[in-house]
Amino acid sequence: MQQVHQISRRNFLKYTGITGTGLILGISCKDAPKVATLAEVKAWYEFNPVLQIANNGLVTIFNSKPEIGQGVWQSIPALICEELDVPIESVVIKHTGGEKKFGDMQFAGGSFSVRSSYHELRKVGAAAKQMLVEAAAAVWKVPAAECTAENGEIMHGKSGKKGGYGEFADAASKLKAPEKPVLKDPKNFKILGKAAPRPDVPLKVNGTAVYGIDATVDGMVYASVEHSPVIGAKLVSVDDSEAKKIKGVIAVERCTRIIQSYRYESVAVIADSYWTAFKARKALKIVWDNQGKDKFNTAAYEESLRALASKPGVPVKPVGNFDKAFAAASVKLEAFYETPMVSHSPIEPMNALAKWSDDQYVEIWASTQLPRDVVTSFAKEYKIPEETVKVNVMFNGGGFGRRLYPDHIHEAVQLARITKKPVKVLWSREDDTQQGPFRPMTFSAMKAGLSADGKTVAFQHKVISPSMMEADNGKFDQTKEDGYMTEAISDQKYEIANMKNAYVYAPMHIPIAAWRAVTSTSLAFAHECFIDEMAVKAGKDPLTYRQEMAKGGSDLAKILTKLREVSKWDQPLAAGKGRGVAQYEFFAGHAGFVVEVSKQGEGVKIDKVYGVID
Amino acid sequence: MPAYVIKVNGKDHPVDVDADMPLLWVIRDVVGLKGTKFGCGMAQCGACTVHIDGTPTRSCSIPASAAAGKNIVTIEGADGSISDAVQKAWIELQVPQCGYCQSGQVMSAVALLSNNKKPTDADIDTAMQGNLCRCGTYLRIRAAIHRAAEMI
Repeated sequence: MQQVHQISRRNFLKYTGITGTGLILGISCKDAPKVATLAEVKAWYEFNPVLQIANNGLVTIFNSKPEIGQGVWQSIPALICEELDVPIESVVIKHTGGEKKFGDMQFAGGSFSVRSSYHELRKVGAAAKQMLVEAAAAVWKVPAAECTAENGEIMHGKSGKKGGYGEFADAASKLKAPEKPVLKDPKNFKILGKAAPRPDVPLKVNGTAVYGIDATVDGMVYASVEHSPVIGAKLVSVDDSEAKKIKGVIAVERCTRIIQSYRYESVAVIADSYWTAFKARKALKIVWDNQGKDKFNTAAYEESLRALASKPGVPVKPVGNFDKAFAAASVKLEAFYETPMVSHSPIEPMNALAKWSDDQYVEIWASTQLPRDVVTSFAKEYKIPEETVKVNVMFNGGGFGRRLYPDHIHEAVQLARITKKPVKVLWSREDDTQQGPFRPMTFSAMKAGLSADGKTVAFQHKVISPSMMEADNGKFDQTKEDGYMTEAISDQKYEIANMKNAYVYAPMHIPIAAWRAVTSTSLAFAHECFIDEMAVKAGKDPLTYRQEMAKGGSDLAKILTKLREVSKWDQPLAAGKGRGVAQYEFFAGHAGFVVEVSKQGEGVKIDKVYGVID
Repeated sequence: MPAYVIKVNGKDHPVDVDADMPLLWVIRDVVGLKGTKFGCGMAQCGACTVHIDGTPTRSCSIPASAAAGKNIVTIEGADGSISDAVQKAWIELQVPQCGYCQSGQVMSAVALLSNNKKPTDADIDTAMQGNLCRCGTYLRIRAAIHRAAEMI
């Protein structure tokens, strides 16, 4: 894996401001250059695998981060455009397709898109600009140091010479790229740090944005796949006689759903329309051997996790001596928190289109979060060179982690190979909800010891859950921590002298997956609710209690202070209303929220949310 | 012999499909207009919203036989001052994220503003409650409908 230069989320937000909340201003026509068009392009010149400039100055940026609704159609090009000094509105943006030359970071996940690209892509833009200036200076026979470049144009002030990037693109692209290009001082940024319209928005407002589900090729047929309703069952027999009588049905074939370390045999109906395939699938008579997996149920699984809470587990970054401090604490409390398995439910159901040529070359069209992995893992699975796997990444109708798993793409690839036709696999909403993968269930066993004056002296967050590492790899060393499952529990910045966080492994046979975070979305709930319980025990205001555990001048202290201020925490609320506070740090981001609620029937209504994000 | 004539965006399309094929699939896979999206297939999410004789309708749950002869408008056929205002407001307020639900959101918003020139928050919430957005752009949708109302 290539070196990843990271940037904290705080600095990125400071520099870019592209958080989707800014006021969007029109583009000033005065400064806008003549817009180059694709029709005028005669040749493209490559400055870097991700950057090409045409003879007419048009710029193409190859975006290695799939757009899943997180805004990379803007943020990634913005990094190059800023340093290259071209308006972001004037570039052509294309998804990369997992090709080797674009590297291993071709995925959208782990909140990595910008923090893994911030320095690298700015350097790409800056290097190209420097090369263009050198090429122009050579033609004009003037020192490059006397030339400047701005807004797609190179100028030599003394002689008054100027020319567009396109005029020098050919010559510049042949120069050696500078190893350490000079980056702009952030105070001179024109794009980063300013609100800027997202180039994909107009396409998504008039229906022209093309998602995986919209891809078509000539001769394409449709497949609807029946998976066992009991996850983990084995296929015994299929009677497809009724299904095959339905007009439009082309074939009924078996395929394998490959997800993480699991393989499930499934049955696909292939037809001339999705509707026919879906209908005919209901006419299949399939016998499954449930292997006892139908006995699995939520209540019993919860009980098994609760029972495992008595195990010590594997310690996660222990601090001080928890056992001693807890034993000596004058006030003790314990609590269990549990979170359910959760479906990702992206609104675009799972789908993929695959086409084989000569049984050697496979082209895929899909909404996916990880094109590079699709290329390499499919090459291995289907025993073909990776150069013969091409992925066309489309706009993703939501990701949330679900599209880090290409199980449906495997199905399309297998069925297209068997039928020798381009096959579009489309899962129904029911398939998506039923089959997962799901966010893992977690069970948090919390303990705290307080001193007589209400200070926290001991704290434990023990996570009992299945292992995502096991789901991915098919095996797991139970003497180790699964870091996915204990994500960030030991990274919280409260000053507590004795902490013993831990992980207890629980067996599970259902695919479990990253869901937005991996498990921070679950564990923050337990962690912060328990802090509230501690505050109650200590007889303190929950925000004050947190502030007392924050080191003076720390980011945590600043967030809590700001939150107190913006939420008007100290002003009493009307009767029937209440408020709560929580904070959590993970994936290089740190956020705190105050939520105001009012009573509504049996539950509460959220009236207002105040957020402070560092 | 085509089974039905489906009129989409003012144009007649003779289609040879089963009576129970949902209008959504006729529009997407037979007529070939991909702007209308499949989200759930059971009228629960609103991604497939089109106008049938001016009424916002979930095309996944109307069979071809019932849609024949009706005046169907999809996102591709949305035009006129109200559609223009809605789409401009959507861009101005940068409403979409993944964008997949937005064709349906726009069609529902156009229908709302066609009947109610100055909707209140409550009017908007009622009219738009059948359109889910998995990214959670609801607050911007509401603001954009107010903005569109100002522009009309």
